[in-house]
Amino acid sequence: MSAVVTTELRERAAETFAKLGWPTTRIEEWRYTNLARLQKIAWRTDDAVAAIDSPASLAEQAAMELVFVNGRHVRTTGSIATASGSVAEAATAPQDGLTIADWERNAMVALNTANAQDGARIHIPGGVVAEGFIHLLFIGRADGTDNIWSHPRNVITVGANAQVKIVETYVGSGSYFTNHVTEIVAEESAVVDHYKVECESLSAYHVGNVFIRQERGANVTSRTFAIGGAIARNETHVVLNGEGTSVTLDGLFFGSGTQHLDTRTVIDHVQPHCESLELYKGVLDQNARGVFDGLIIVRPGAVKTVSKQTNRNLLLSETAIVDSKPNLEIHNNDVKCNHGSTIGQIDEEALFYLRSRGVGENEARSLLIFAFASEIADRIAIEPVREQIRRALFRAMPERLPERRGGTR
Amino acid sequence: MLEIKNLKAGIEGKEILKGLDLTINPGEVHAIMGPNGSGKSTLANVLAGRPKYEVTGGSVLFEGKDLLELPTEERAREGVFLAMQYPVEIPGVNNIYFLKAALNAMRKHHGLEELDAMEFLQLAREKMKVVELDKAFMNRGVNEGFSGGEKKRNEIFQMAVLDPKLAILDETDSGLDIDALRIVAEGVNTLRTEHHSVLVITHYQRLLRYLVPDYVHVLANGRIVKSGGKELAEELEQKGYDWIDEEAGAATGAGVA
Repeated sequence: MSAVVTTELRERAAETFAKLGWPTTRIEEWRYTNLARLQKIAWRTDDAVAAIDSPASLAEQAAMELVFVNGRHVRTTGSIATASGSVAEAATAPQDGLTIADWERNAMVALNTANAQDGARIHIPGGVVAEGFIHLLFIGRADGTDNIWSHPRNVITVGANAQVKIVETYVGSGSYFTNHVTEIVAEESAVVDHYKVECESLSAYHVGNVFIRQERGANVTSRTFAIGGAIARNETHVVLNGEGTSVTLDGLFFGSGTQHLDTRTVIDHVQPHCESLELYKGVLDQNARGVFDGLIIVRPGAVKTVSKQTNRNLLLSETAIVDSKPNLEIHNNDVKCNHGSTIGQIDEEALFYLRSRGVGENEARSLLIFAFASEIADRIAIEPVREQIRRALFRAMPERLPERRGGTR
Repeated sequence: MLEIKNLKAGIEGKEILKGLDLTINPGEVHAIMGPNGSGKSTLANVLAGRPKYEVTGGSVLFEGKDLLELPTEERAREGVFLAMQYPVEIPGVNNIYFLKAALNAMRKHHGLEELDAMEFLQLAREKMKVVELDKAFMNRGVNEGFSGGEKKRNEIFQMAVLDPKLAILDETDSGLDIDALRIVAEGVNTLRTEHHSVLVITHYQRLLRYLVPDYVHVLANGRIVKSGGKELAEELEQKGYDWIDEEAGAATGAGVA
């Protein structure tokens, strides 16, 4: 099952990137996120990677874990085997003509395709229910250098009536750039539970593009957590390509300092009787900026579409910013769609209530922030991943609060 | 225990309490009654330290300490508890986790060891019986989806766990049916000792049938205009507040003249 990136595809993608160039804020989809800083760096790939131990490893809990350092596969633990062999392996993807990633119009996907490195190639054969979950751990390391980039490419196909749970985790140290693409094809009636945990180093850059295509009756859940990164852009593109499919896209972006966390989602309702549910929450402290840009397209033939998109944001300082842009593009009348967006502060009544029982102000604030964020975190169906996210949120909070108090009073 | 002298306070620049005096000794139950807008809730909120309320004059000593100088959480840790008129719902903050954090903050403040999860649960179960709350409530969000009566019972449950020296009940009886009223009153009664004091703020006399006060005060126009024993509450029930207003008005008039 070895996959080959054809030289020809790489070349065409490189030409496309040369033509499109780095995205600029003049492009509507990139209006709020400026990559000029990245453009100035003479990036190179890391050719001397070594396996390292990471606290983010879930090797003990996962049925299978693949670890990558700076875009190179370094370790696989566990296995899920079927009659046709292991369901997952490290590979350099994609193959020409098979990719669902839009490298022809999306510059960062073109850049990834031209430079694609190792990633996971996962294929769950039809009818197979994979036990446990598969963990893909991507570690970025920039020891003493700050111009390492990596371009992981994951290709996941889930056969008819097959089921799988997949978790992608991005962590690291130092200043590096991860530009990954993950493709997920869910065949007829497949069930996919996908998580992306972006906990990159606070001085790293992250651009991620997840492409999901669902065939008839397929049910996909994809949840994205953006906690790390100096600049992080998380895109999720879903095409509901078969009748009766259902997708749940949830996410949480949680930033402080000068972090810039950008979320873009596109759900394309192509066929009738499909459902999409979307809840993204943002928590922004200090001078952090968050972006939610959610587009839902309902094609002329996609009658009986049910779609609900919600973005709720909590701003913890007077200097934090969020740009929320929910967007519906509906081309037929037989649909039930709604979207909404809110931006608020800590509820002063709730804060007073907690304090009036003796809970200190900082702890009370933490409790309320955590309560806001946990609506998303609690939805994680994989317990060790849920715990990892909860810990990451807890870790993030006490450090931020004393500074916030000094900064905004 | 509590000594309020010439307290003046208001909200958004409007003075509501206009020189209130009140002294509560350990073990006493005081009731403050008065018509709407007389300043009852302002008093409760000022004592608990709710933001937005401004104190413009006077003093409040709690066990000799200047209460008004302390932030809200420290007032609570010193032993002042406000059972709120409108307890807020806080989805996502676990009821029992929150209460454990509160109790342990208080214990730490007093140099006591924090309770672990098991010890706390044991205490919580015991106190839940007092207010007849179902165990299922413990693991819900704070007041999340509670009925009005359940919220008030949860206030009393929290009070029972935190064991305050001074409990202030701000219209805890409003919106309660007779059974809930009895449960709430009994909950408070179990806490009555020679060291615990209670300040009951109410518009009606019915709670005071179950929770019998030592003293009743009538608040009108931001001042205590009349004080008496428990029979004063009955008098108010029968005669309403109009006669008080007249007396207070006459008194003020006399003062001006």
